[in-house]
Amino acid sequence: MLSTDTDILKTAESWRREGRGVAIATVVETWGSAPRPVGSHLVIDQDTNFLGSVSGGCVEGAVITEALDVITDGKPRMIEFGVADETAWQVGLSCGGRIRVYVERVD
Amino acid sequence: MRLSLLSDLNAERAARRAAILVTDVESGEQRLVREAEVDGDLLAEELLDALRRGKSGLVEWEGRQFFLTVQAPPVRLVVIGAVHISQALAPMAKGLDLDVTIIDPRTAFATPERFPDVPVLAEWPDTVLPEIGIDPYTAIVALTHDPKIDDPALTAALRSECFYIGALGSRKTHERRVQRLTEAGFAQADLSRIHAPIGLDIGAVSPAEIAVSILAEIVASLRKGRRRLA
Repeated sequence: MLSTDTDILKTAESWRREGRGVAIATVVETWGSAPRPVGSHLVIDQDTNFLGSVSGGCVEGAVITEALDVITDGKPRMIEFGVADETAWQVGLSCGGRIRVYVERVD
Repeated sequence: MRLSLLSDLNAERAARRAAILVTDVESGEQRLVREAEVDGDLLAEELLDALRRGKSGLVEWEGRQFFLTVQAPPVRLVVIGAVHISQALAPMAKGLDLDVTIIDPRTAFATPERFPDVPVLAEWPDTVLPEIGIDPYTAIVALTHDPKIDDPALTAALRSECFYIGALGSRKTHERRVQRLTEAGFAQADLSRIHAPIGLDIGAVSPAEIAVSILAEIVASLRKGRRRLA
């Protein structure tokens, strides 16, 4: 079953209502050929359950790791991925694009 | 994001109303702006533009960056006719995230057994269409081949702002349909909104292939701003 943005934000709400720690990651900017459009969401809970995507799977792992920190300290973060970025040595977009992702906690 | 804000955003979406979540990406400050409240907002111009394009994105205002999460209502597909093509169409449309409703007054056709996963309304289109509301995020397809059922649906569709209208039938069938609807008072410009024969011309034969051609045409109408036209 495909998860739509509707499902993703509804899931974020219901996970939070269940008392889980929840973060929402949103693609806010893309350059070049990015796999997911601006506005795409990934929702993550404290146990690394997740729904949705911010890339074709290339950087989800790194976003989830960052999201766990956001769930812990509550401070929103902006993270950037791409070939021009030094993080590309660890995780990057194989398609050559760049993306900026905003990660925030649901309080 | 505050849970109440997320909850409000989801509620607007469920009610098929557009809304924008405005996030100051430096401070993390957020507010929800409903479609009806856009005019009074500081970022009114940017918000209106974002709503028109239906696209999320970053905007700058007085040296600050804001991210606009634009929520347009989910696209709905109203299918007139609980027929064989509709049985192929419904699951494919769901795969495309379309919100599908089937309408057919013939109770022998309109059964949940034939359409296990979508709402089926065994009612006349002219009764039920005003009730469910047809908005600019709605596509309507008339597939019964029966003017008694299709025509009232097309009449309601033509009076609405729906983004796509399609009707099954040959060119000849459509000529007769245009004649009937002209006699009913519709102008040429109105009637040109009807895609008929329905679907992209891919030489479709089976119900499933016809469903593909119909859905391709609906997607093409929905995304026309993105199409690479030769």
